[in-house]
Amino acid sequence: MLSDDAFKKIDREIAKYPADQKQSAVMAALAIAQDENGYLAQETIAAVADYLGMAPMAAFEVASFYNMYDLAPLGRYKLTVCTNLPCALSGGVDAAEYLKQKLGIAFNETTPDGLFTLKQGECLGACGDAPVLLMNNKRMCSFMTTEAIDQLLTELRADLRGQAT
Amino acid sequence: MSFQPILTAGLDPATGDATWHLDDYVKRGGYAALKKIFAENITPEAVIAEVKKSSLRGRGGAGFPSGLKWSFMPKAYAGAKYLCCNSDEGEPGTFKDRDLLRYNPHQVIEGMAIAAYAMGTERGYNYIHGEVWELYDRFEQALAEARAAGYIGQNILGSNFSFELFAHHGYGAYICGEETALLDSIEGKKGQPRYKPPFPASFGLYGKPTTINNTETFAAVPWIINNGGDKYLELGKPNNGGSKLFSVSGHVVRPGNYEVPMGLPFAELLKMAGGIRGGRRLKACIPGGSSAPVLPAEIVMECTMDYDSIAKAGSMLGSGAVIVMDESTCMVRALERLSYFYFEESCGQCTPCREGTGWLYRVVHRIEHGQGRPDDLDLLNSVTDNIMGRTICALGDAASLPVRSFIKHFAAEFEYHIEHKKCLVPPEVQKEGSKIYVRPSC
Ligand SMILES: Cc1cc2nc3c(=O)[nH]c(=O)nc-3n(C[C@H](O)[C@H](O)[C@H](O)COP(=O)(O)O)c2cc1C
Ligand code: SF4
Ligand code: FES
Repeated sequence: MLSDDAFKKIDREIAKYPADQKQSAVMAALAIAQDENGYLAQETIAAVADYLGMAPMAAFEVASFYNMYDLAPLGRYKLTVCTNLPCALSGGVDAAEYLKQKLGIAFNETTPDGLFTLKQGECLGACGDAPVLLMNNKRMCSFMTTEAIDQLLTELRADLRGQAT
Repeated sequence: MSFQPILTAGLDPATGDATWHLDDYVKRGGYAALKKIFAENITPEAVIAEVKKSSLRGRGGAGFPSGLKWSFMPKAYAGAKYLCCNSDEGEPGTFKDRDLLRYNPHQVIEGMAIAAYAMGTERGYNYIHGEVWELYDRFEQALAEARAAGYIGQNILGSNFSFELFAHHGYGAYICGEETALLDSIEGKKGQPRYKPPFPASFGLYGKPTTINNTETFAAVPWIINNGGDKYLELGKPNNGGSKLFSVSGHVVRPGNYEVPMGLPFAELLKMAGGIRGGRRLKACIPGGSSAPVLPAEIVMECTMDYDSIAKAGSMLGSGAVIVMDESTCMVRALERLSYFYFEESCGQCTPCREGTGWLYRVVHRIEHGQGRPDDLDLLNSVTDNIMGRTICALGDAASLPVRSFIKHFAAEFEYHIEHKKCLVPPEVQKEGSKIYVRPSC
């Protein structure tokens, strides 16, 4: 369910906390598990809980409380666009609308080819760079004009073709 | 005398992503304060006294005097004590900690090491907003550099003081910026605020004495130790010491972070950010992050940027996030988006907040969409009356203050919406004003 490599990474997280506080590593462990599997299935959450010596329900509570965990499969690339007020004043909403139109989907939908999922985000802490979006939780994309959005979509599609060959 | 930046001294956003390493920081004079403490045998009490003298106030939102907070930590305590840095920057409009961690992570590490020495804490965590993942990675690298050089870890700089510091990441919950939610989150739980008292200084992380400060608060500490608390205080104005990093967003020509002395006139800050776009006029400003009451142009233009002046004008300096709105802004729509945010982010523990934030959002939403009722403004005010002061944490107030202040200062606009089922500001004007912003190349 999780690779040795993932468990090694989780071990590094556990080491940050006092020996009797393994549960503190649950957020990092779930993020590592999600990176590996694309989303968090019930069994994955249970495996993480088991490894950290906590009740599966306690790990599930964490996985469902924090917005960046995905509890169901989604597109290969999750694009989370910030539309909160500071961004909205500089085109955050327009950027989201442009993406919806380009991808032919609404928020919380995935393109039929399974490539892109679009999400509405709250403040990413990067409002000065508006419009901004977050790609797969890890990469902040700043100043997302329509040209920058086009470029990003092209790049991600090309990446995928590169991986396929 | 022209103002010399403290937090951002020697940093250039154009090259900043390459000059955050330990060597660069040391070249800029980094870790001198920590060295000075051990070289001159400065006692922990003397460090706290210096920070008190500086009148440094917490930069995370509440503005609590930092030296005083540090003095609450029990001195003779057998057992672990903890230090936490709050880098869970998620208050809409705030993006200053991001730049501090991006361009100068070692300054935060040094500030934390000094604070840890002052309070006798041997272990610390920096809680970093999950959305700025690249900076979490960077902070871990910076920690490795600092550890290898002996600035953190066992027997720092050959002294008998040890301090271990680690990074912990959030994963998308605004409420974890609230300090006790942050502690629960580090403990591996849902991030839900705790009742206070007990305060973290007596019952914090894992039930141990804990101090939590904002990233920018820690970042100011090395300078204070190097130059003295008096010098820091002099930079600003009485009771409002030092410099502050303001995140300016919204309808300005150059959104971004600006470090200025406390007490700078708002008009000057606006000018630094290039003024309002497209020759339009300022309409309103939220001077301290989305939770702070909005101020109309004529009031904010008279303010200086410090805790006392902004408080006197009826708002809060908060996190120092300055959200600028020009005349193309529909205030009902702006409030609708903020209300949605608090509804979405309420942790759900307290009924007034959980139910109230949803209620506020639905009522503002219906006003914006032409379905407002004549008594909706009274209803909104009464809902906020029933939230404020009746919740575990300040998110309830944070959701209420925007509603009350938007209605108070822009009542006519709300009433127009309710009566005419449409907006006072024509939709095409709004659209033009808030379209995708392409910065002028400079
Ligand atoms: C809902 C809510 C969100 C908060 N978010 C943050 C935050 O993102 N960063 C921060 O430093 N403080 C935040 N705070 C304030 C913290 O609770 C705390 O006062 C602060 O971290 C203390 O540090 P300081 O004294 O250095 O400001 C928040 C408070 C509330 C009620
Ligand atoms: S006020 Fe809201 S966010 Fe704060 S503890 Fe209560 S329900 Fe949670
Ligand atoms: S409001 Fe969009 S990043 Fe802050």
